[in-house]
Amino acid sequence: MNIVVLIKLIPDLIEELSIHSNGVALDMDWIRLIINEFDDHALEQAILLKESYDANVTIIAPDVEGVDDVLFTGLAKGVDRSIKLLGDFEEGVNSHALARVFKKTVQDLEPDLILTGVQAHDDLDGSVGPLIAGYLDYPYVGYVSGVKIIDGKSMVRKEYPGGLIAEMEVILPAVLGIQAAEKPPRYVAISKVRQAMKTATIDEIDVDELDITGGPTVNRMFKAKSGERATMIEGDEEEVADRLVEIFKEIGVL
Amino acid sequence: MATTAIPTNPSFSQTFYDSLQELPDGERIRACLQCANCSGVCPFGYIMDYPPGKIISLLRADIFDYVLKTETVWMCVSCYACSEVCPAKIPLTPGLMTRTKEELLLAGNVPSELQNALEFSQRYGNPLGESPRKRAVWTEGIDPDIKILGKYKQPVEVLWYVGDYPSYHSRVQLATKAFAKILNALGVDFGILGREENSDGDSQRLAGERGLFEILAEKNGVAFEKYQFDEIITTDPHAYNALKNEYPKLGINYPIRHYTEYLLEKLDQLKPLLTQSVNAKVTYHDPCYLGRANGIYEQPRTLLNAIPGVELVEMSHNRTTSLCCGGGGGGMWLDGFQWEKAHVRLSEWRVREAVASDANILAVACPYESPRFEDAAKMVQGAGKLLVRDLTELLTDAMGI
Repeated sequence: MNIVVLIKLIPDLIEELSIHSNGVALDMDWIRLIINEFDDHALEQAILLKESYDANVTIIAPDVEGVDDVLFTGLAKGVDRSIKLLGDFEEGVNSHALARVFKKTVQDLEPDLILTGVQAHDDLDGSVGPLIAGYLDYPYVGYVSGVKIIDGKSMVRKEYPGGLIAEMEVILPAVLGIQAAEKPPRYVAISKVRQAMKTATIDEIDVDELDITGGPTVNRMFKAKSGERATMIEGDEEEVADRLVEIFKEIGVL
Repeated sequence: MATTAIPTNPSFSQTFYDSLQELPDGERIRACLQCANCSGVCPFGYIMDYPPGKIISLLRADIFDYVLKTETVWMCVSCYACSEVCPAKIPLTPGLMTRTKEELLLAGNVPSELQNALEFSQRYGNPLGESPRKRAVWTEGIDPDIKILGKYKQPVEVLWYVGDYPSYHSRVQLATKAFAKILNALGVDFGILGREENSDGDSQRLAGERGLFEILAEKNGVAFEKYQFDEIITTDPHAYNALKNEYPKLGINYPIRHYTEYLLEKLDQLKPLLTQSVNAKVTYHDPCYLGRANGIYEQPRTLLNAIPGVELVEMSHNRTTSLCCGGGGGGMWLDGFQWEKAHVRLSEWRVREAVASDANILAVACPYESPRFEDAAKMVQGAGKLLVRDLTELLTDAMGI
């Protein structure tokens, strides 16, 4: 069984985001990238499946700063093959373009299951999972928090709002958008990652020029400002509390 | 198939037992007479499936793999209490327990709570998950300005290794700022590394992540190498332990002193500045990594006694028998885990002793302690009026700065 995990790195919100001088994008020079948390769960789910069903796991990620660490960490966790897509990804790429380049690489791998994070905080034009499922004409189920393989089909747990969970059978090959792996992503000792860096290799595949058709055109990117109705109450704790009580009385909740 | 009474290949137990004997003083493990003092003195020994002495017996019985299947080894707070009482002087904390945690970590048996601190340390150079760019933000407003060596680019007498919690934790920053004021008042020519500083890595090492420790040490080594200074000082006993005892093994050799040693040397200069009376009964908590691990017991007490109005009283456990605050060896990042297993907090035990000593102030000299003991004081009956003060804060109080 072939499992492919699609991974992307996204801005790490530990650093304050700054807007590029062009006013329509983030300033990537000041941004630190981190694996999309949901993709990390997709990776964990793939390894759990490998442990249960003897699957072969390949991870694919576009070439941006820090991607080697992510791929070697995956290899140290038990991934069989890692692929880095070489292309013009440094300034960011929309989900349509990313899904198209993933599609090309994935097709050659003849996957039974494609796992990816259900979403990422920089998805401006929808998440990658349903797009790639569309391009490949595979079924897609998102918000998945558990996967089993039974008689050559996958049985997935899908989360719905309001605390509902559905179990559904999905014919393979399929794309699953992972909300959460069955267990939290595992920790792998740094010595194992270093070992992987010495013994394992990352395959590199060149991609064609990115086709961003279908994505949004950003006219202006800016930091949210507090609305006109927001009032900042000045003063010490007593004064602020007194003023709050007055306001509650004015609007009739007290 | 023929079986043999003796395993034909060295077992994992045997390989591990042999590897322990290669550590400094490691051969002493052969002298373990199973007295169980270690298990008795261990603050969490009663919770552990296999406290230190029992681990040794399992090693000898060739069934060490039992230990790898349990998680209670993670209750070890690396406090050196077991090493202190061992009649055979076996390096139980730095050897047996730390190596056992390393094996657990390699086997993937890591509490998820601990995982975050390790991942943050790897990614951001600090276990708190704070931006490395903000490591020196605490210095804003200190007058005169604190020299950040990357910008200052000139030799200094003293490099102050600030550390993780002193840099980022809002409570501990108060003590950090107090120490900066003391150095300024003494006219010390000092600088800090700012964002070039990484976690010292010692607690990560004692939590079994040796590879991470080495990476962090190498990064600090590269930063030290860039600048000229005569010695390093630190307020953090864990950093002190790392730089004094562990970094040299990696070829990173610099003279290092804990600030209590450093200030004691300058006591003649400091004493005239201690003009304000503190008027309090003060009890001092010996941090594990200052006391048992490095034998610094009297320097902090001498400094406290130099403060006008301080009456020093001792808790029932003091010096070599001091109780751990619960933060060592990864304990800082396992509060939930410890609570789940033990339903007690070591910090509360210590605060109860402080209350019993009739002290008004619990004085501390380790950055893990002020937040831990202040939290504990909220839970302990009769501790409502107990103040937790860092030694640096008591000194600046007495200096009126």
